[in-house]
Formats: sequence, C-alpha cells, structure tokens
Amino acid sequence: MLAVLILILVLPLAATAGCVWAPQRVRGLVTVVSGLACFGLVIAVAVTTAHRDLGYAGVLRADALSAVFLLATGFLYAAVAVYSVGYLAHGATSTRYSRRFWAGLNIFAWAMLAAPLMNSLALLWIAIEVTTVISALLVAIEDTDGAAEAAWKYVLIASAGLGLALLATIFAYYAGAQLLGQSYDLAFSQIIPVAGRLPHAPVQLAFVLAVLGYGTKMGLFPVHTWLPDAHSEAPTPVSALLSGSLLAISFYAILRFYQVASSALGPRFPRDVLLVFGVASLLLAALYLFGQRDIKRMLAYSSVEHMGILAIGVSFGAPIALAGVLLHVLAHAAAKGNAFMGAGVLVHKFGTKRLAAMRGGLDVLPWSGPLFLLAILALGAMPPFGLFRSEFEIVEGGFASASTVTAAILIIGVTVAFFGLAATTTQILLVPRTPPVRPPAVPAPPAVPTPALATARGAGGTASPQPDGAASARTPEPAAKAAAAAAVPRGEPSAWMVVPVLAGALVLLVLGVHPPADLTGLLARAVRELSGVH
Amino acid sequence: MAAVPTVAPPGVFSGTANVIAVGVLLLEFGMFRQALLRDLVRLYAAQAGLISVLAVVVAAARHLPDLYALAGLSFALKVVIVPVVLRRLLRGLGARGGGPGWTDIAGSGSLGLASTVLLAIGVAAFGVFSIAALGLRSPVLPGTALSISVAVILVAFVLMITRRDVASQAIGLLSLENGVSLTSLVVAAGLPLFLEIAFLFDLLVAVVVFGLLIRVHHGRADSMSTAELTSLRG
Repeated sequence: MLAVLILILVLPLAATAGCVWAPQRVRGLVTVVSGLACFGLVIAVAVTTAHRDLGYAGVLRADALSAVFLLATGFLYAAVAVYSVGYLAHGATSTRYSRRFWAGLNIFAWAMLAAPLMNSLALLWIAIEVTTVISALLVAIEDTDGAAEAAWKYVLIASAGLGLALLATIFAYYAGAQLLGQSYDLAFSQIIPVAGRLPHAPVQLAFVLAVLGYGTKMGLFPVHTWLPDAHSEAPTPVSALLSGSLLAISFYAILRFYQVASSALGPRFPRDVLLVFGVASLLLAALYLFGQRDIKRMLAYSSVEHMGILAIGVSFGAPIALAGVLLHVLAHAAAKGNAFMGAGVLVHKFGTKRLAAMRGGLDVLPWSGPLFLLAILALGAMPPFGLFRSEFEIVEGGFASASTVTAAILIIGVTVAFFGLAATTTQILLVPRTPPVRPPAVPAPPAVPTPALATARGAGGTASPQPDGAASARTPEPAAKAAAAAAVPRGEPSAWMVVPVLAGALVLLVLGVHPPADLTGLLARAVRELSGVH
Repeated sequence: MAAVPTVAPPGVFSGTANVIAVGVLLLEFGMFRQALLRDLVRLYAAQAGLISVLAVVVAAARHLPDLYALAGLSFALKVVIVPVVLRRLLRGLGARGGGPGWTDIAGSGSLGLASTVLLAIGVAAFGVFSIAALGLRSPVLPGTALSISVAVILVAFVLMITRRDVASQAIGLLSLENGVSLTSLVVAAGLPLFLEIAFLFDLLVAVVVFGLLIRVHHGRADSMSTAELTSLRG
C-alpha cells in the first residue's frame, strides 16, 4: 500500500518530465495515462483508508480525510487530462505553448496530490505554496494582457495570504512545542493526539490566521478578489482544476487546523470564525452571480458561493453536516469541473467569453449544451445530483445543531445563487439565435453609440477581440443573423471534450442517487476524525 | 535586602532579540521613504542580514547548533542571492526599456508619504498591542520581540498595498516574509532544520516566479506601474 502512496507522487512528476522531453503528439497521451493511473491509485488509497490510516517514514500519511481530497483531485486530473487533448487540438498551438501547458498541468496536479499526503502542517504549507507558484504560471500562460494582470494579482494576493498561513503554522508549532518539546516537527500524528491539552491563546491565533491565510486561496470573502480574475483568464482545463481542486486543497488545510483547534478550544470558537467567513462568502457571491458578463467569471463566483457553503457546513458541526461537507467537496469538484469544461466548449464555439454573445447553445452543441445545463442544475443543488444530497445533509445538520437562522440563510443564499446561474444559463442555451443577438432590453439604439460600446467592450473587456460581436452591431439585422448562423455551425468541436463531462455527470448522478458503500464508510470515518471521536 | 523587582530586566538574549526586532521594524519604515528600487532591495537585504544575526544569537543563547546552519543559509540566500537576482532583473528591464536603467524609480504610492507613515504607525501599534493583549507567555519567549515582529508583518502589508508598481509590491511581499522569519526565530526557534530549509527553498522558487511575472508585466505594459491593471473587475 505504501508503494501506492509513492506512486501517486512519482507518476505525475514522471509525466511532467515526459511532457518536457517527448514529442508534441505524445504529450497528451502521457498526461491521460498518468491522470487515469493516478485516479485508480487514489481510489485504492480511499478504499484502504476507509478502514485504517496509511503512513510512510513519518513524512507521508493518508487518512480518511486526506483521501476525500485526493479523490476530488485525482478525478479532476484524469478528466481534465482527457479534456485537454481536445482543447489543444483546435487552434494553432505552438510547440512551446504545448510543452509548457502539458508539463504545467502535470506538475500542478502533482503538487495538489502531494498536499493531502503530507504528514505535517509545515509540509502541507510548503505543498500549497508550490501549488500557488505553479498555478500562477499556468494562469499567465495565455500571454495576454488579461492573463498577465490576473496572474500578478493572484500570485501577490495568494502569497500574502500564505504568509499569514505560515505565521499560523509557526504559532501552531509554538503551541505544540509547549507540550512536545524540541523533537516535535508539526506532524499530525504527534499534534492531534495531544491537541486537547494545547495552550489556548496561540491555538486561537493560529486558527484565525489559518482561516484568513488559507481562506485567501480558498476564495473566502473578503480575500477572494484574485479568484474571478484567475479563473477567467486561465486556460479552461486549468480553471477547472483551480476551482474544483485547488480551492478544496486549501479548505483541507483549514480543516486540519480545525481538527486541532476544536480539540484544544472546544468547538465554539472555530465554528464561529468559519460561520462569519462562510455566510459573508455565500451571500456576496450569490448576489455577484447576477449581472455577470463573462461566463468563466460567473462560474468563479459560483465557486466562492460553494466555498461559503463548505465553511458554513463545518460551522454547524453536527456529524451529518460534516459528512455533507465532505460529500460536497467531491460533488463540487465533479460539477464545477463539468461546468468549466462545458463553458470551455461554449467559449470555443462562440469565440468569446461574453455571455451576451452566446445564444442557442442547445442548438449548436448536441452534447455539450445539455451537459452544461445539467452541470448548472447540479451546481444549483437540483436532485438527483450529488450536491443536492450534500447540501441537504448540511442543512439537516444545521437544524440538528439548532442553528436554524443560519440554515435559513444558507437556503436563501443557495436559492438566490441558483436563480442567478439559471437565468443566465437558460439564456445562453435556450434562447434561439434567430432573434437579434443583442437582447431587446437596449432601447432602440442610435447608430453611433452601439458600435462604440461594442468596440470598447471588445478592446477593454475581454481578452480576445470579438470581430463577430462588433460586426453584428453594425450590420443590418438580417445580415447579422445570417452571419451569426453561418459563423456557428452545429456540432461538437471534439469528442475528447465530451467524454470527461459525461463521466463527471455520471459521478454526480451516482453521488446523488446512491453513493457506494465504501465511500459512505470513508466519509463516516473522516467525520469521526474531524469531530475528534476515535 | 532589596525588594525583588516585579518586572525582571531583559537578559542578554531577549535584549538582543528586542533590539534586532526594532531594527527590522525601522528598516521596514525606511522602505516607505525609499523611492529608488535599487535602494529598496538594499533595505531588504539589510533586514535579512539583521535576521541572520538574530539566528546566530538565538543559536548561542539556546544551544541550538542547527540554527548556525540556518543563519548561514539564510544569509547566503536572502542577503546575497535574492538581492542579486532582483538587481539583475531590474537592470535587465531598464536596459530593455531604454529608460533610466536599473535605478528605476518606484511608482508613487496611492497615499502621500506622511499619510502612509501615519497609517503604518497606527497599524504597527495595533500589532504590538494586540499580540501583547493575547498574553502569550513562556520563559524562553521574548514577548516584546514577538509583538514587534508581528508589527513588521502588518507594516509590510501597508507597503504592499500603498505602492503602485510591481517591483515594490514584490519587495513588500519579501519583507513580509522577513517578518515571518523573525517571528519564527522568536517563537519557534526549535523548528526542525529541514523545514526551515524547505521554507527558504520555497522562497527562492517564489522569487523566480515573481521575477518571471514582473518581466511579463514589464514586457506588456512597458512599465512597472500597476495603473494599467484595471481591466478585470466585476
């Protein structure tokens, strides 16, 4: 079993090296093989950790809690690897871009798979810092003004946040060293058993700093500001990994601090801290979902909303709410991965990220259109998908722990967010392209301002210029219609971009209808670890 | 018999720690005044040098031989390598842009100098008093140095927030990391060496990535200013 842990760390690294040296055509294949193999290995780890913890040389350790996050990352790594083959097949990609993209994708996945396997708060911090620097480079890879801006903001804000997280780690060390002396190196296996006797003040400080610091990378309000930029400017496969996996890994770090803090301080303090951040993130993101103009920014705000739900779920503290939270991590990874991958196909099809220019998605995309709709319904916690089950459990936990008001706020926030997502999505998918591209809300435009508006948006708003948007604003109606219809033929860009989304939908369905018994056992064990019951 | 004083005078170790912490804080304030990027890098190196000295003092006072190695490594990395990398970068950008070279002047702050310093004093006071109020007490912990090191971190945030060019922001972040190292020496001197080395290595990677992104930014905007970075919003 130890070989499995080591293989999970070696395979993506080998794939990275392979992508640097191998010829262009092989890179995708190498990544797909590595992704699928890692997913298989991660499942093996999950099955084992449902019964016992795994450890290696005091450095690597996997318990049920880490296995949940490994599963989310492993699944997305495989899905995104397959998707990227289709993603890169279109458009002229230079050898240099392809090498950087594939190598970056693999090493990013490596860092995210390594983080939950680390057996210490300090090593965990290092792994998360590595994910930051790698993903910042991946955000910048498109080499546009928008990408450079997003990457700079991301690396600066996230590094500052991680500075606070390092401070949290240091205070956790100080707290632990009071009991364990100099031989102590922040290992979970050392600190968790004695957590109940740790001094209070440093643990409180460490927990607040950890929530603020790792919360920056998780996308909690008010330190979420880098998130929509990075998610919208990164290449779509990277956005899917950022949203479904990277945010979850930061949440994992917070959960580790929660595990220590709730034993040391009692559950009240850490839950209250998470409650404040969670409610603020949920409400703010739900409101931001209305009126977004960029499809990937919209999905990014949906991520902030879901991270808020996770924080609120932990703040309820009831075992069923914690089980819901962990299930939510898995279901959110699948659903958000699907949504981003679907959005990537839409962006590819319409040649723009602007929501206003996308219409009739169901007509032109026979597979990706309906699958995107399903992903959005899943994100809105519609039954029978996994997020319905997880959010149901979280709300139930809220009522069980007598946090009725918060549970009500949660339900309202989720509903508002659902309407925000659904309104936009139904427009881009269901409203046919035959009516004018521009919605009739704009009152009979005079000839001059419209092109000005269109060009201004084209130049400043999104990264790529939109010749077809500007053209449709200037040319008379029927010509615009004809041009638009001719510009977007019916059909999928690539089967590679449909298969992983189908798999994701299947996973969502299984998680919602009948999660496998092994998974339920794993979640139950992780919940026991989190609540300090052994 | 003289009465036992209620407050013990600081020993050599905690006295040195306090003095060095104050020095680091003063250098942090000095960064506000510094308009030349080259001199900002110098102040950063001076801060890092002081922290290496503190590591030697802690190693001697607490009999932690690992810390000598750490002091040497951190000196080599933060006083020599990182500043050299940063200067190379600045010089390279200056040469390419055909501008005033590597003595590039940092962008003006978003507040005036006086207001910034007043703000930083307020923030630093908040840091000092809030840590003192937490009452972290232990016989080996120089409490004043801890409070001041947290103030350094907060002031570094002010520097990062008020400066409007990418190079100053990056140096602000690095000096924030200096503040964290200072805190770590004060409260967690026994942290195993391999972790400290991993942290330093991580810093090096971060510096390289920051350098790359600064270069990308300079290449696109042809300046260090962040004034253009406003297209992504909403």
